[in-house]
Amino acid sequence: MEQFLTQFFNVSLMLEAWPIVSRGLLMTLLLCVVVVPLGFAGGLMVALLGTVEHRWVRWPLVVYVDFFRAIPPLVLLIVIHSGLPFAGIRFSPFASVCLAFFLNNSAYYGEILRAGIDSIGKGQVDAARSTGLNALQAQIYVVLPQAIRNVLPDLVSNTVEVVKLTSLASVVAFHELLYSAEMARSITYNASPIVMAAGLYILMLWPVVRMLSRFEHRISS
Amino acid sequence: MSYGMLEVLKGIDLSVAQRELVFIIGPSGSGKSTLLRCCNRLEDPNAGTIIVDGDEVTARRVDLNKLRQRIGMVFQQFNLYPHLTARANVTLALRKVRGLSRRDADETADAALDRVGLIDKAQSYPAELSGGQQQRVAIARALALEPKIMLFDEPTSALDPELVGDVLTVMRELKDAGMTMLVVSHEMRFARSAADRVIFMDKGVIVEEGPPTRLFKRPKQKRTRDFLRQVEH
Ligand SMILES: Nc1ncnc2c1ncn2[C@@H]1O[C@H](COP(=O)(O)OP(=O)(O)OP(=O)(O)O)[C@@H](O)[C@H]1O
Ligand SMILES: [Mg+2]
Repeated sequence: MEQFLTQFFNVSLMLEAWPIVSRGLLMTLLLCVVVVPLGFAGGLMVALLGTVEHRWVRWPLVVYVDFFRAIPPLVLLIVIHSGLPFAGIRFSPFASVCLAFFLNNSAYYGEILRAGIDSIGKGQVDAARSTGLNALQAQIYVVLPQAIRNVLPDLVSNTVEVVKLTSLASVVAFHELLYSAEMARSITYNASPIVMAAGLYILMLWPVVRMLSRFEHRISS
Repeated sequence: MSYGMLEVLKGIDLSVAQRELVFIIGPSGSGKSTLLRCCNRLEDPNAGTIIVDGDEVTARRVDLNKLRQRIGMVFQQFNLYPHLTARANVTLALRKVRGLSRRDADETADAALDRVGLIDKAQSYPAELSGGQQQRVAIARALALEPKIMLFDEPTSALDPELVGDVLTVMRELKDAGMTMLVVSHEMRFARSAADRVIFMDKGVIVEEGPPTRLFKRPKQKRTRDFLRQVEH
C-alpha cells in the first residue's frame, strides 16, 4: 500500500513536477482554444455546403466527410507530421495538430450540424426565401440558430471528445499536458505526474460531462 | 411545372388584375400550392412565363430576392421562426434584406403588427401565441415588405374553427385596402363575400372560372359540380 501511494500519489513529486505539468496544461488549453473553434467553423462550412444541391458540391463533400471520419485521427496526425515531409511538406508539431484536427473535426461537427439542419422543416426556408432572404441568409438567420439548439448535446459531447483527443498531440512531441506529464515521469521514475495529468483532464471535463447527462436526462423525461 | 417525371401544372393561363382577389379551389393534389409557389419561384417552372407587377419572375437574370419582397406569401403552417419574437419575425427581412436600421425596422414591424391587431404581442414568441395569432404575425411579416400582391396558401386550414374568423377578417381588410390577392382556401363563405373571381383547378389545369355567385350556383363543368357537392357535405 505504502509502495502504491509513493508510486502513484506522491504529493511532493507532484509539486515538483507542477511547473512542467502546468505548462503542459496551458498548452492543452491553448490547443483547445484554437482547435475547437476552428473545427466548429469548418463544420459550419461543411454543413452549409451540404445544403447546396449541386452535385459538384455534394459529391466532393461526401467523399471529404466520409474520408476524414473513417481515418483514425492518430493515423491522420502521423501522416501529416511524419509522412508529408517525404513529399517535401513540413509542418511544425503545432501546425500538424491543427491541420489534423481541423480535417477530423470539420467532418464530425459538420455531420452533427447537418443532422441539426435536417431536423428543421423546409417551411422555415420557404418563409425566409419568400421574404427575400438569399439561401445563405436563410440558413444563417433562420435555420442554423434552431439547428444548433437541436443538436447542442451532440455538439458539446463531440467537443469533449476533441479535448480528450488533444492528448494525441504528444506523439508529435507537442508539449501538451500528457507529453509534459510523461516527460516528468521519465525524469522522476514515478507515475505520480501521469496521475496528476489524468486528474487534470477529469477536472476539466467532469463538470461538462455531468451537465450533459443532466441535460440529456431532462430531455428524455 | 413538373416534379421529376410528374407534370403538375399543364398550361395555366391566368391573369390577375390589380386589386383583384382571385380565389382558387380544387381537390387535393390538383396543383394549387404549386401554382402559388411558382409565382415567387419557390418552385421553378420548366416552361412558361410569369409576370408580376410588370417584372418577369421567370426571367433568367432576375433579382429574385428583390422581386420576392413584392410578393407576400402566407403558408398553411404559418412557418413563423420559433426562435424569434413576433416583432423579430417581421423585422428579419427588413433588416437583412432591406438594410433598415433596428429602429426603422422596429417601427415598420410595429405598424404591420398593429395592422393585424397584434401590437401587444410584439414581444411574444410564436409558441406563446394561438394559431390564429401566429398566422396574423405571418401576414404582418409579409405585409411589412409592402408587397404588391399577396399569396395565401390555405391560410386557415391548420386553425381551430373558432380562430379562423380573425384571420379572415385581416384578409378582408387587406382586400378592402386594395391589395391584390391570390387565395387558395376551402372557406367558401369567404369566397362568396370577398372574391372577385373563383378558379376551379383539377389535375394541373384550370377547369372553370367565374364570379363566385355564378360559379358556386351554376357550375358549368361536371368536375366542378362534383367537387362543390363534395365540399358542401
Ligand atoms: N416537392 C414535391 N415533390 C414531388 N411531388 C410533389 C411535391 N410537391 C407536390 N408534389 C405533387 O404535385 C402535385 C400537386 O401538389 P400541390 O401541393 O400543388 O397540390 P394542392 O392542390 O396544393 O393540394 P392540397 O390541397 O393537398 O394542398 C401532387 O400530385 C403532389 O403529390
Ligand atoms: Mg396545397
